[in-house]
Amino acid sequence: MEISRNWRLRHQRYRLLASKCACGTIHFPPRTICHACGKKSMKQFNLSGIGKILSFAPVTSAPLGFEDYIPYFVALIRLDEGVLIEAQLADCDNPETGMRVEMVTRKWREQGERGMIVYGYKFRPLLVKS
Amino acid sequence: MVAVIGYGFTRISEHWDKSLRELACESIQAALMNANMEKPEALFVGNMSGATVSGQQHLGALIADWCGFSGIEAYAIEAADASGAAAFRSAFLAVASGFIDTAIVCGVEQMTDVLPDYMTFATSLGSDYDYEVSCGITQTSLFALIARMYMQEFGAMREDLGMFAINSHRNAVANPFAIYRKEINIDTLLKSPMACDPLSVFDCSPVCDGSASVVLCSEKALNTQRAVRVIGSSVATDTMMIATRKDPLHLQSANDSAKRAYAMAKKKPEDIGLFELFDAYTILAAMQLEACGFANRGEGYLLARNNEIGIRGKIPICTMGGLKARGNPIGATGVYQIAEVAQQLLGEAGKNQVTCTTGMAQSIGGPGSTAVTHILEAV
Repeated sequence: MEISRNWRLRHQRYRLLASKCACGTIHFPPRTICHACGKKSMKQFNLSGIGKILSFAPVTSAPLGFEDYIPYFVALIRLDEGVLIEAQLADCDNPETGMRVEMVTRKWREQGERGMIVYGYKFRPLLVKS
Repeated sequence: MVAVIGYGFTRISEHWDKSLRELACESIQAALMNANMEKPEALFVGNMSGATVSGQQHLGALIADWCGFSGIEAYAIEAADASGAAAFRSAFLAVASGFIDTAIVCGVEQMTDVLPDYMTFATSLGSDYDYEVSCGITQTSLFALIARMYMQEFGAMREDLGMFAINSHRNAVANPFAIYRKEINIDTLLKSPMACDPLSVFDCSPVCDGSASVVLCSEKALNTQRAVRVIGSSVATDTMMIATRKDPLHLQSANDSAKRAYAMAKKKPEDIGLFELFDAYTILAAMQLEACGFANRGEGYLLARNNEIGIRGKIPICTMGGLKARGNPIGATGVYQIAEVAQQLLGEAGKNQVTCTTGMAQSIGGPGSTAVTHILEAV
């Protein structure tokens, strides 16, 4: 069921909580110890959720729990803050490298009829505001 | 001085008729007979998926018991796909320390007891559970992400990466322990279905069952001329996720681990006569050749394109079939690699014999989060 485990990660999953070190390094997921300088002077903040696709790959052979969702795309995305994130794509059948994308909150998986519905970030092609 | 004095394999296959303990026992018996030894002082087991696939941990005691060694020191080492090589490292440290004179390393994996979805889950546990596995990112998709970037950045074609698979298949033909003893050509690869675009099923190693064991001993206990020396040994780590790396196209762990092993062995890349690298995916072979100093950044695939990785090439790799064609029984694979280097240096590689005195093996755990390197030399 992993209820507490999913709950614990809610800020990362729902609003891309990240950390920024005094040395300037941004971390997603947020950390307490900077892997660039080793210091512990972190400030937490929310990432913009906007960036571009560096690489993508279609998952057609599902891991346990994702049988109902294949095929889906996963991507490596560079957010505008400079940090990389690995995530699934949403609303996108023809991804391209360089494509601008934005974070949306979507269902990751359901854990059976009585289990949890796990939500988290995915990225879709950036909607142009009219 | 630490010496390797024997090795043993099971054939790599889908061993539906054998359990984890039976596979382990088979390679241990073969290695002990090969080393002319009855019982080691210690057993180091390399395994990744015993807990998830077989519902079994405590493999040290289990396998020692099943081999009739109850009483000896024994435990398992886990470092994802590099578990077997990490177990060898532990055995090396134990013998080098002087506290243990004879040790056996047994890499073992029984993967085909479960269905493919569970296998994909189990093999992805070397990735970050909270940020990769839980949102549906598999190990194969991580390497597909890297492969697409690599091909775009450096101009490598699917045909180039495919040459790594062709080489491994060619070398497996003469290896009686390999799972696929059949040559393939580039058409086979290009026409095969995608595992995860741009990686076809022929770019990926088969997950299967098997066990390999290697016997180590100290100088004090050495009573044979038939031995190879371990002259370099190193483990290095990198970030768990490729997203937290400065350069996702560089294997820093492989670079660090190789550099330390070269320094310890007082060797350079040009001194290495053969390299058993970790071709779990063809892209990984190209990146390892770069990280270990055999090619510049972005040029590893050219060694394959220019046919320099064959038995008579500039740097022979995967000489007994590699992960692609000998097979990849995850936690056992690192021990197969080291045993094959020993086999080569002892002049026992048959049709695939490479003439050289120094060989290297490197195993990669997860998407390059662990790298284990060993350099062996003929006595």
